[in-house]
Amino acid sequence: MAFKIAIASGKGGTGKTTVSVNLFSAIYKYWTENVQLFDCDVEEPNDLLFFKDFTVKEERKVFLSVPEIDIDACKFCKKCEEYCEFNAIVVMPKVKYAKVSPDLCHSCGACLVACPHDAIHEKDHAIGSISVNRTKDGGVLKEGNLRVGSPLQTMLIKELKKESQVGQDIVIYDAPPGISCPVVETISDADFVILVTEPTPFGMYDLQLTVDLMREMKKSFAVLVNKAGMGNAELYEYLEREKIKVLGEIPFDKNYAAQYSKGMLLTNIPSHIKQEYLKLVDQIKIISKEHEGDYNS
Amino acid sequence: MKEITILSGKGGTGKTSITAALASIAKNSVFADNDVDAADLHLIFNPEIKENHIFYGSWVAAIDSELCTNCGICKTHCRFDAIHYKPDGGLEINPFECEGCRLCERVCPAQAIRSEQSTNNNWFVSDTRFGPLVHAKMGAGEDNSGKLVTQVRRKAKEIAKEISADFIVNDGPPGIGCPAIASITGTNAVVLVTEPSKSGFHDAVRLIELVQSFKIPIYALINKYDINPEISNQMATFFKTEGIQLMGKIPFQEEMVEALIERKSIIEYNKDSVVTKILTDLWTELSRVSLGYTYDSRRI
Repeated sequence: MAFKIAIASGKGGTGKTTVSVNLFSAIYKYWTENVQLFDCDVEEPNDLLFFKDFTVKEERKVFLSVPEIDIDACKFCKKCEEYCEFNAIVVMPKVKYAKVSPDLCHSCGACLVACPHDAIHEKDHAIGSISVNRTKDGGVLKEGNLRVGSPLQTMLIKELKKESQVGQDIVIYDAPPGISCPVVETISDADFVILVTEPTPFGMYDLQLTVDLMREMKKSFAVLVNKAGMGNAELYEYLEREKIKVLGEIPFDKNYAAQYSKGMLLTNIPSHIKQEYLKLVDQIKIISKEHEGDYNS
Repeated sequence: MKEITILSGKGGTGKTSITAALASIAKNSVFADNDVDAADLHLIFNPEIKENHIFYGSWVAAIDSELCTNCGICKTHCRFDAIHYKPDGGLEINPFECEGCRLCERVCPAQAIRSEQSTNNNWFVSDTRFGPLVHAKMGAGEDNSGKLVTQVRRKAKEIAKEISADFIVNDGPPGIGCPAIASITGTNAVVLVTEPSKSGFHDAVRLIELVQSFKIPIYALINKYDINPEISNQMATFFKTEGIQLMGKIPFQEEMVEALIERKSIIEYNKDSVVTKILTDLWTELSRVSLGYTYDSRRI
């Protein structure tokens, strides 16, 4: 079974995507070719932007079954409206109106159970797409892409994670920012979580929130400090106080930020930054071995 | 009264720093932190909390094993795979997987399932040196469906009416999903804070598509523009074709972080900052134009 690593961060823009794509590429080159990257930041999927040449192996639309009310059969009893916890159904008996808002529907099926008149049937409603891509080097990147206007990001992440992980040694999940549902869904089955942060007051405050979530979910995790050298020492004091393992520090470098902005990968980055990623790969080797040990015992 | 929402698509482009800087310029305004998932604005605003309210979040179901007859009807109905057999054979619900639809509760013939609303979210009304601030703290792993964002905005609007404020300024969430949608609907204008990276550009394009579907005017700022002048130029051209007014290009500056460490807005930290002029112009423009929007009742 693959060892699953999620890359998460409460604050946006700390470098989740950079870390994900570089780690993916470093693992592929220097450790095992059986590694896959899942871009779970379906609202703004960016991992593919870092791979100049890739081929789309497969692309499929993701649909949610959304109910439709048959006005001819409907008796406007409002039972479905009462059952719907997501305010997706509006029934107005006086004007014989009954309608479902597909973008509010969570596809739970409650209205189907509620309807005594068999007036509700389901049809497909697109919430986004999933693509399987092979990068030029050969690594496989799977991406979820939310349809603009759809609020059902968590559903799409759930669907993306059903993609096969057979034969993989390592699977990397690039998580969305924040600490709410979509993040929980992404890291739910992760064996290990890397929290990417930056040494600024915003970075540190949001890290604390994320650490709370990790502890609540009983996840094993460690921190990777990105843009090190920026900001102040507050973050390091917190990490020490809380005895949180630090996996490494990636120094802030304005030139590198310029490279990043162009979407450059490991091969084009300064050697001192590349070294940090190679160290990170070594650490993950150890962590995954320990996990395997735990698993077997 | 006009309501302005600061958004970016991509995280970390500088929404909160820009909102704080705007606060140093804005007069007679109410502020609302719409990024309830990872709220940071209070770190600069240093709020004195006047009101603290519990926000009732989504429902989470639980099975009472005393009453459960193990019939499995709930499990067959649950579309979220949230109900599992325990090693001892009984049924249980994983609260992290529960969607809160309450269908299991309704179909259980033994009435063994109960749902409770989470009380793990709070929202606050505070006094700050910039004016009133409405903000929130979401519990870890809660459902950020946009309802808490809507609550924060509703209260800000109420206060703005009471004190006859000229503006409400919303510090928005990243992304384009439900929190972002909840932050956009019905606002008078969006200030897009973006950065010249492939990711920043890509995310901005998706956000613009979303905002334009609501027919809300967009004013753009390119932050850290000198990190990649080439992409900055491409963005400027794109904004032009989309009819989006580019209000300014802000260079990368260490000062932004230094100000943050002192819990100050960049303008408080250095009143002669380049940002001062850009944001003053932006504010003048927003005050000058009448901002209309078409409210689309199909969206929440």
